[in-house]
Order: sequence, then structure tokens, then C-alpha cells
Amino acid sequence: MLSSQIKSNEIIFGSCNKDLLEEIIFYGMGLGADFVEIFIENTDNSSVLAEEDFITSVSPSFGRGAGIRIFKDKKDGFVSTNDLTKNGLMRSVSQAIEMLDITDNKKREVFNGLDKHRNYSLSKKKWINEVPSIHEISEKLLVSTKSLKKNNKIITRKGSYSRNLQEVIIASSDGTYVSDIRLHQTVGLNVIASDAQYRSSGSRRFGSSGMPHEFRLWDHEKAANDVFESSMNMLYADYVDAGQMPVVLANKFGGVIFHEACGHLLETTQIERGTTPFENKLNEKIAHESVTAIDEGISEGSFGSLSVDDEGMEPEKSVLIKDGILKKFISDRAGELRTGHKRTGSGRRQNYSFAAASRMRNTYIAKGEHSKEDLINSISDGLYCKSMGGGSVGATGQFNFAVEEGYLIKNGKLTNPVKGATLIGEAKEVMPKISMCGNDLELAPGFCGSISGSVNVTVGQPHIKVDSITVGGR
Amino acid sequence: MNSKEITTQISEAAESLNLKKWDYGASFSNDYSVQVDKGEAKQLKASQKQILTIRVWNESNLVGITTTSDISESGIKKALNQANIASDFGNKNERTEFSPLAKDPIEVKKSKKRNPVGIKKLLTLLREAEVKLLESHESIKSVPYNGLSESFYERVYANSDGAFRSYTKSQAALYLYARAEEKNKKPRSSGSVKLGYGVEDIDIDSCIKDASNKTISHLNYSSINTHKYLICFSPESFLTIINAFSSMFNARSILDGVSLSNKNSIGEKISTEALNIYDDGLHEQNISSSPFDGEGTPTKRLCLINKGRLENFIHSESTARIFKTMPTGHAGLGSKVSVSPDWIVVEKSEENSDLKESLDHSAYEGEFVYIEELNAIHAGVRASQGSFSLPFDGWLYKKGKKISIESATVAGDIKYLLKNIVNIESNQKVTTSGISPHIWVDELSITGDA
Repeated sequence: MLSSQIKSNEIIFGSCNKDLLEEIIFYGMGLGADFVEIFIENTDNSSVLAEEDFITSVSPSFGRGAGIRIFKDKKDGFVSTNDLTKNGLMRSVSQAIEMLDITDNKKREVFNGLDKHRNYSLSKKKWINEVPSIHEISEKLLVSTKSLKKNNKIITRKGSYSRNLQEVIIASSDGTYVSDIRLHQTVGLNVIASDAQYRSSGSRRFGSSGMPHEFRLWDHEKAANDVFESSMNMLYADYVDAGQMPVVLANKFGGVIFHEACGHLLETTQIERGTTPFENKLNEKIAHESVTAIDEGISEGSFGSLSVDDEGMEPEKSVLIKDGILKKFISDRAGELRTGHKRTGSGRRQNYSFAAASRMRNTYIAKGEHSKEDLINSISDGLYCKSMGGGSVGATGQFNFAVEEGYLIKNGKLTNPVKGATLIGEAKEVMPKISMCGNDLELAPGFCGSISGSVNVTVGQPHIKVDSITVGGR
Repeated sequence: MNSKEITTQISEAAESLNLKKWDYGASFSNDYSVQVDKGEAKQLKASQKQILTIRVWNESNLVGITTTSDISESGIKKALNQANIASDFGNKNERTEFSPLAKDPIEVKKSKKRNPVGIKKLLTLLREAEVKLLESHESIKSVPYNGLSESFYERVYANSDGAFRSYTKSQAALYLYARAEEKNKKPRSSGSVKLGYGVEDIDIDSCIKDASNKTISHLNYSSINTHKYLICFSPESFLTIINAFSSMFNARSILDGVSLSNKNSIGEKISTEALNIYDDGLHEQNISSSPFDGEGTPTKRLCLINKGRLENFIHSESTARIFKTMPTGHAGLGSKVSVSPDWIVVEKSEENSDLKESLDHSAYEGEFVYIEELNAIHAGVRASQGSFSLPFDGWLYKKGKKISIESATVAGDIKYLLKNIVNIESNQKVTTSGISPHIWVDELSITGDA
């Protein structure tokens, strides 16, 4: 064992760990690493579930762990562990070095010690005492689920809340030494409505980052009305007829299509894999000139915002597409190393057991100049997608999204609700068909699962019109 | 600490906190994985994980829970304390108890014990596999999604009533997804996954061959007209559909109002009489089998559909008590105990005289759509409503010829699908998620680009 003679010590949250972190990084560099990164976290989470008029689940959890990443040339070795002692961390460094088969310990890269500690957590330590208590959460959730009981067709009512508090320490051989505390809260309402053979469902989710009082300010009555109306509107809806047609996608969570279908293709991990059609399209037109798309981590309180990414870089506002022209890719450290695209403060991971990867933060299409009515009035026969469900993108870029709440458009007017619709297409074919953008940009929180786990993100857009897309139905 | 020591530690800590009734589930694992990119190591990964979930019953017999990765003495005490606090919010309307079967004997499958081969060996094997796959056809330009991993883990359940169960296991997985490109055509991608108890049990050549054949078979594609078609589901795709709608068999989902079934559905005819479906977590082909569930209940084979009729639901301890039956070994430990199937086995029943035996996917010359793989399950399935609309990879068979379908979705209703099964082929295929033969269904809607 390479580290067997090292005296034990341990990472202590809230204390200065600089000497220990430097010792571990020196150790890795001394063994021949080009780069050493240490990510350490301490979490304190809780979730509450209300069903009908009862609290049915309260789940606290806590934990800690470290992820150690070693780069040698363009390859990297990643080791995660729950052992935060000096021995444990050095054992992980040794394991990563051994995995990479680094036998040449001649120093090529130099570690000059850690820079001055950038502590983003100072004003955030009080958050844990400011977030609502389980009692407070439970009471509000029960009021919320009660608000959903608006008629006897509602057969299932649920309200859920979760809070994640994550304290992180990030140190690496380029001198980075950062501490931060992240707080994410999310609350959701779901119903199922039923009448004879008819069934429908409705759901809404809300979320924030870094705002301990946000749950208290959440307008549960408005949320309950939205969910209820959505389920009632869809209860007796007919299945949509399949075909090619123009669609209008609503704002807020309608942005999930851009996120999934295009945003992921602008992450450098996709360039590394050779799975994005946009790889060599920088400064070329890839979308309609009405489309400007942004990914940023700086909107205060947004679910995808962060003070510093999981590689210790402050997030930037990245204009990905400007007037239809591809301007930038979303990049992390490995992405910069392997593709040459500069880091954008987008290195993110679910927790210590994942290596960071280039991931979206708050991603949205910028607002245009049209009203929602302008978009709908411009269509004689099409579909209005008021609420989107989940979706996915295949390995060749084809996407598929469920429409949770849809309405037919006839002669410029919204008519009957329809269910069972899915939108099918490919980003490079659909992006040039987004011909009109509304002036009502709004964001919505969500969770994005990908190579480095599930991370909090925001999607968004104004109302947009797609001139033609395949609508799956029956 | 080993699992016996952790149990002792929890027992002592609980006693010091005057907590008389508790149980816990834990898993401890060491995982190693590699990915490659055109012969180069891309990411090499190792992880050591420990997860402990503790439940505590308070004096009112309400349950609280806490999950932690900190199994130090202080971590265990903190977890017990938090669980005790959480028990104040325990569900008064649905009590939870220990499983009455938590001390029954368990059937531990004689799995082959494997030792780690190590990262270097994993890397060598995956590099070779990538090269072979790239060389298998000139159109295959890359293998963008690939990985070889091995895991070694221990699962434990114990409670304050003296139940203690533990088993150790190893598992390895290989996945290869190739991307083929030809001039003036859209890129096509497909792949294969293989599991084994250890890396030496994985048929790497078969994985390469499957990934290559599947990818190449989609190179010549065409769009399909939107229409209703006769459908043949591959074993993999039929199992995907059954798993997606497994809330039909799930007592937890029924109690939560999100199932198509209700408490009185046992005995109802829900499919053609020719269909039998079992859940068989201990099946010898199930690499991921576990001899007990999250509550310590032994895993067992259970008939879900017998000759087209609902035969049994899957249960946890609390749902079984409410339904006045016994737990079935399908519980997941949590504040609200979850219930899920293990390993679905689909077969033809004895009541199969109405089936159209002429429908054989390898011989039938009429027009039909073959669904090889269903995608985007989380987005396209409304389990509580019974509807689905899913993109798929597959072929249109016409006049004895097959052509890959460029891009399409299949939509329908699970009740309609099960009642409109027109043939269940005789040969079953073992997949990574269960066993099934090819299943034929009449008149499902396909939306295509044509």
C-alpha cells in the first residue's frame, strides 16, 4: 500500500483543511499525475410526502464522501469513497494512479500549493436554521393536498417536498480551493382524476436554489388550481390524430424540448463521443434566426444556479445560439482538455460518487417580440402544447416528448383538448423550424439525468411556434 | 466493520437511546468500471460505497427512518436519533411492522463466486471489444457508449427481533452501442448489453456480434406510413411493456390509486387466456437475484397472470396485511415501503387453442411491424391511465422482405394490448430483465414520418 505509513487525519467541515488537502494533492502529483482534483461533500437532506389528507412519509438522510479525480494526458481515473481520513483519501489517490497505470513519476506539471481560500459558504451557514421545519412543511403540504380536492372526480392527491443541503470543498492542483453550501428545495403537486372509463392526471413542480424561505412564499392555492384545471380539461379529451403539423409550445416547461433535443448536443461530452451533429458548426447557422438560446448559472434563486461549479469555477452566462448562429458549447475541465472548448463553469455532478461533466444549468430560449395569440392566430390547423411531460433523446439525436396537456388549433383558435400526443423529431431538423418566439419568457425547474448523475436545472422559453413537427398519436 | 459488527453497534446504540424496536437494511459495495474511446482509456472509475437505512418504532408504534452513508459510531447514533425524531411523523393510517417472514429460511442461489479481475484487465478487454466492433463493418465509425464493469457487494437486513440476513454477490456488465454512418444517410445506432456473475462469464464476442448485427440491420431504412399494423413484439420489448405497467400487479400502487387494478381485481380476465406471467426473482438465469427483499422477506416465484386472469399481487408487509395475505418478497425499504417486481417470466398457457400459430416472426410472409426495442419509457407511459406512446427501433416486414423503420412511435392501451394478443410463440428468450417469447398483437397504431 503506497500510503500505509502516513499518519491518519481527517477532513473536518467548517475547519481549514488546507494543509491536508495540499498534502494529498502533492502526493498525487508526486506519483506522476498531471492534475489532481478533490471534491468532498457533506449532505443533509429531507423529504416529506402528503397523500390525500395525511403525511405518509418523512425521510431524512445525511452522508459524506469524496471523489478524487486524477488526469494523465487526456485520460482520467476517478475514485469515490466514504472514508474522509487522510489514509482513506491517499488510498483513493493511489488507486486512481494505479488505475491509470502511471509508472513514470517524473514531474511534468507543478503544484505550487492551494490559492487563497474562496469561501462562498460564509453567508449560507445560517440556511439550515432558516429552512422550514418538518412540522411547517407538513402543515403546508396538507393544506395543499386539501386544496386539490375540488370535486369527487379527483381520486388521488399528492404533495411532495424535498430539501437538499450540500456543503462542498473543492481543491485541485491548479490552486483551486473553494468551499460552498448549496440549498435546493422543490415542491410538487399531483392528481389523478377519474370518471367511469375516463382518466387523466395533472402535475406541477416548483423549485428554487439558495432561498431558504421560498417554500413559505410558494402560492399553493394557485398551484392547486392549475393542477386541478389541467386534469379536468384533459379528463374527457380524445386521442389526437397522428401526423405532421405546426405546433405552439407553451412557455416555462415547454423549454424541456430545447434542453433535451438541442442543449445536450451542445455539451462537450457529446463532442467527445462524436454524437452531436453540431460538432463542426461553430459560427454556422443551426437554427431559425428568431432563436437565441442561453445557458447560465447566475439567475438568483433559479433551480440551476450556483455560486461555483463542481470544479471550482464561477458559472458564466453562455450564449449558445445567437440569432440562429451557434456560438458556444457547454464545457467542463475534461471537455476543455479533450475538445479545446473553454470551460464555462458547467462542471456538475449529482454527488461525490460521480466525476463532474459538462452539464446545463438554467437553459432557455430568449424572448422574442410576439404575443402568444400571434403564434396561435398564425396556425389554421395544428396543436397547442400547454404542458409537456418527460422526454428523451436517442443516440442519434432523435427526440420524443409526451404532451401532458394539449389542445387542437383550428383557424387560429384553441379548440378541443387532446391526449396521447407525442412530439417526435431531430434537433437539427426542428431548430430551423422555430419561426416565432413569444415575449413571455418564463423558467421552470427540473432534474436532468445524464453522465454525471441527476442535477438540478431550469428549463425555459417563451411561447414558440414550430412550423412543422411529427405528432404521434392514434 | 462487518455486517455482524454493525448490527451489534446498532443494537447497542439503540439500547443506549432507549429505542426498543428497530430494523435496518444496508449495502456495501466495491465497483470498478472502464470506458474507452477509439482505443484510449477514457474514464476509469472505482468506488467504495456504504448505505445504511435505519427504521425506528416509537412508543406509539409509529415508524421513522433515516438513510446515511456514515457508518461510524457517531453516524449510527445520529441516524437512530433522526429516525426517532422522524417517527413523530409516522403514518398513523398505515402501520408498518416487521415482516412475519423475516426469520423464515431463505433460498440462496448457488451463484459462482468471482474475484475482481482489476481495472487493467477490464480496460484490455474493452479495448479489444471496441476494436472488434469497429472492424466488424466499414459503416461502424464509433462506439460512443461503451462500458465494462464489475461489482462486489453485500446486502444485509436485520431487526431488533433477532432477524439477520446477509448475502454477498458479484456482478459484471458489458454494454456496447455502435454508431454507423453512411453517406447521405442518417447515422444509425444500436447496441447490446450482457451480464454475468463475473467478467469471465460474459460472452464478449456475442455482445460484439449482437451490437454489430443490430446496428448494420438498420442501415437501410425507410419511413413508415401512419396506420394500424399487426405487431410482433420482441421478447425484450414485450418485457419492457409489462414492466412499465407492472402497477397492475402492485398492491402498493392499488392502495395509492395509481394502478389500473383494484383490491377486487384478483380473478379478473385481463388478457388472452393463452398468457401466463410470473415474477421469479430466484430464476437461475437472473444474475441480479436477491434471496430476500428490503424487509427481509424471502424472495419466491409468484404467478401474476394465470390463463389470462389476475392471480396474485406483489406485496410488502403492510400491503399484505391490508389485503389479508402474506408478503411476497417485493418490498424496498423506505419511509414509505415501495413494492416492485423482480424478474418477469412470460409464457404460453395450456389454453392456447385460439392462437394463430402461423404467426412466426422468422417465417411469416404477411405485413407486420417487428418492434425490436422500445425507448423513452419514462416519457411515453401513463401507467395510471393505461396508455402508452413510445418510439421504437424495428422493421416493417412486407412480402417476405424487411426494412428498418426510420423513426416511428407505437401507441395504444395496455388493456387493449393484452386482450388482443393473437400469438405467443413457443420459444422463450432470456434477456437482462426477464424471459419472454415473441408476442403478436393485432391493430396497434404506428406513427411514422411518411
